[in-house]
Amino acid sequence: MALASALDLRDRGGPAQPLLIARELKKHFPVKGARGKSVQAVDGVSFTVRKGETLGIVGESGCGKSTLARLLLHLIVPDAGELVFDGDAVGVADGIAVNALRRQVQMVFQDSYSSLNPRMPVRDSVAFGPFIQGRKKAEARDIARAILSKVGLNADLFGPRYPHELSGGQKQRVNIARALATDPRMVILDEPVSALDKSVEAQVLNLLRALKRQLNLTYVFISHDLNVVRYISDRVLVMYLGRVVELGPVEAIFERPLHPYTRALLASRPSMDPARRIEEPPIVGDPPNPIDPPSGCRFRTRCPFAEPVCEAASPLLGEWLDMQSHVAACHMQDPASGHSKAGHA
Amino acid sequence: MIFYILRRILYAIPIAFGVSVVCFSLVYIAPGDPLQTVMPPDATAETIEIVKHAYGFDKPIPMQYLIWLGHVLTGDLGMSISTRRPVILEVTDALSNTSLLALFAVPLSFGIGYAMGAIAGCFPGRWLDRLVTGTAVVGVSLPNYWLGIVLVVFFAVEYSLLPATGMGPSGSTNFHILEWSSARYLVLPVFTLAMIPIGILARTTRAAVAEVRNQDFVQTLRAKGLSEWAVIRHVLKNSLPQVMAVMGLQFGYLLGGSILVETVFTWPGSGFLLSKAIINRDVPVLQGTILTLSLVFVATNLVVDLLQSLVDPRIRRA
Amino acid sequence: MSDIALEKPLETFDEQAAPATRVRGYWRSVLYRLRHDPVTLFFAAIVLSIVLLAIFAPLIAPFDPYKESVISRLKPIGWRNHFLGTDELGRDMLSRLIYGGRVSLLMGVVPVLIASIVGGLLGVIGGFAGGRVNTVIMRAMDVFYAFPSVLLAVAIAGAMGGGMGNGMLALTLVFIPPMCRVAETATTQVRVLDYIEAARATGAGTIMVIRYHVLGNVLGPVFVYASSLVSVSILLASGLSFLGLGVRPPTADWGLMLSTLRQSIYVVPFVCALPGAAIFVTSISFNLVSDGLRAAMDVRM
Repeated sequence: MALASALDLRDRGGPAQPLLIARELKKHFPVKGARGKSVQAVDGVSFTVRKGETLGIVGESGCGKSTLARLLLHLIVPDAGELVFDGDAVGVADGIAVNALRRQVQMVFQDSYSSLNPRMPVRDSVAFGPFIQGRKKAEARDIARAILSKVGLNADLFGPRYPHELSGGQKQRVNIARALATDPRMVILDEPVSALDKSVEAQVLNLLRALKRQLNLTYVFISHDLNVVRYISDRVLVMYLGRVVELGPVEAIFERPLHPYTRALLASRPSMDPARRIEEPPIVGDPPNPIDPPSGCRFRTRCPFAEPVCEAASPLLGEWLDMQSHVAACHMQDPASGHSKAGHA
Repeated sequence: MIFYILRRILYAIPIAFGVSVVCFSLVYIAPGDPLQTVMPPDATAETIEIVKHAYGFDKPIPMQYLIWLGHVLTGDLGMSISTRRPVILEVTDALSNTSLLALFAVPLSFGIGYAMGAIAGCFPGRWLDRLVTGTAVVGVSLPNYWLGIVLVVFFAVEYSLLPATGMGPSGSTNFHILEWSSARYLVLPVFTLAMIPIGILARTTRAAVAEVRNQDFVQTLRAKGLSEWAVIRHVLKNSLPQVMAVMGLQFGYLLGGSILVETVFTWPGSGFLLSKAIINRDVPVLQGTILTLSLVFVATNLVVDLLQSLVDPRIRRA
Repeated sequence: MSDIALEKPLETFDEQAAPATRVRGYWRSVLYRLRHDPVTLFFAAIVLSIVLLAIFAPLIAPFDPYKESVISRLKPIGWRNHFLGTDELGRDMLSRLIYGGRVSLLMGVVPVLIASIVGGLLGVIGGFAGGRVNTVIMRAMDVFYAFPSVLLAVAIAGAMGGGMGNGMLALTLVFIPPMCRVAETATTQVRVLDYIEAARATGAGTIMVIRYHVLGNVLGPVFVYASSLVSVSILLASGLSFLGLGVRPPTADWGLMLSTLRQSIYVVPFVCALPGAAIFVTSISFNLVSDGLRAAMDVRM
């Protein structure tokens, strides 16, 4: 099956080349009834994913994380922007075809009641991927057995079961097994532990970490739970209303957040320390309408540091292509922006 | 809200046109020359020529449809082959008699069916529920014309309580509802006709009521301290939209299913007209009756949908 | 191959708590529920008997159903070996009833079968394609929905001139729209679920997704609805025959028998009611079996 060492025969660019580059991805959903208006779900998102790392994507509900996840797999076709997988542009003539992309990238869905086909035994759900990608049924079944064991489920005991006969944690292991059955290099995880109890969540997270090491995987981990993201990520990307607001190494983001939104998010986490009580809400105002977002910087309507320049121009993310960088899309970070606090941290 | 009404009415128009297309094509699926099917067998060559021109049988089919449609919209549904009367007159006469049946059958069946279903739904699993469900299943599986025959055997033949067939010695012209001597002719046909809708409505209502009762908000109502009777009223109100949809369909059944019952009781309604038309191969009458009945059905469904949206606010958003 | 021993995600308490119950497949659990449902079993037995009687009619029927006899007309039950009497042309009722079962079953099952396939296909295509295609298909179906079913069946059969084939065609056309709608609803519900997206994510094309993931979930509702339509079809078919639009005499058919025997109610009332009883028993048995099937298949997952 997969190689346990760092050498992957499918690697084309070596460790220095990012496994995935997303450049100015855009996806707008037209609103039914209101002509011309659209929900700007993803509006110019750019980032890189290094080989072997876990990139965590955080944001509130409605910020576009799930749409972004589906764009990365071309389950939804982007309106603009490009994806570059290990040096090849996706969906372009001399690049990599979407089908080929799907052999190397897979997705783990949130454990909802509908994440697994209720009429299929679990082993068939897992074997479906390899089967579609060309293996014979018997071979696919064997692969399914092996991968089920890998995620910690006894293949003989759990294989023939139906999803409704499994607990939440077990179902999520099956979801993971399904994603890994086709031997991908990168796995996109869309809120994989959000529906689980806390104790089960810890087990699944540890499983994910172990699997990543053994199978030499790269993760894109999407979640709204900051603590989970901190635990599992190497780098973090913060999204707000369809745009990237901050990107950087995990500790940098959590210890020295640059963007006011990130700061507010971090400040809003309830503390276990009874001495620390937060009275005022960290963010004021309602989340804006994604159909009609604010001009310029989208966060300005709720930002305590908003100034006229924030309304006039959208802040740029800065050097996002550099995988070591810590950047934020905020005028205060850009010395040339004209913001009164620009240049000072 | 007003948009929903307009949209719904607008939507009914293409359906009505579709219905007219289907009815129009009935003449063409009939075996033989379409022209011959609408003419009595002893028509002279001249008459045939006249009709040919008037209805455009020598033109391509889409043209013929438009010509036919034009005639229909002005109320000309052709001539009956057997009686030589205009079809529109035959149909309106017959419809008024069928309406008489429907007038009684509708409230009877809707009332009994709904009541049965509501009672069964409020006491699911108990003997009352089983009784109602059993009766409903029987009602739905019984061929209604057979029930008619059986009722005739029992009430008219064996015991001579009620008349077996027809609308009375004076026929439809002298029918006085308020007098028992005429009204007694109504009894058996109405009961026979009502049977299947009672069964279907009882089943549907029971299912709807039982489903609504299981919803969380009912528990909330009880927790608020509402009396059981008040809770039941809420439940019934919420289950009404589902039931109304079926009621509309059942009205259609009454229009269509009347054909069998009216044949058994020789009740001179639209159903009987249809069955005579079949025997006599009277295609114009067949076509005209079906067109009229279907359009009435479309109109009824429209009304039911609009009523439904009044009762169920969720639909208005759709 | 795998050294999971690095960390221990396996020793989890939910594993140990996993019950070692016997795992029953979905269909097997359906059968299990059916086996323990006495009402459904009873009526399934009746259905089976009717089917067997129909298949083996030539072996079982005591008399030739077409043999007329002038002297034995309209004889009551039990007269001279005619267990159920004779009809107005002297033919044995029991034999005619048994042979009539063939026609009724045929006209009950075949239209539903064909309508399930055609309507089901249209519904899955429409439901999966969505958008314009779906709208076109469903609007076309709506036009046929605008007719009460009896009326439509009578219209088509009447225009075409009657006969068994035309009757079956008419019934098929009447049943296609509801089957289409059932399939379309099921497909639309399934289409948006996550596991369909997951299947697509592995690279499966539309046909594969439909075949392996959609059909399984659509076949259930379609099958249940089809089984409930059989009893309706039997009723409609006999109704058509009663009006003279079904099989032609002298073929034995329950509806037709009711029609021809009507005049003779006054002579032997019970004999004349028999064909209707046959229709009723058959129809209600199919109805209750289909109800039982629906209950067995409706698993709260």
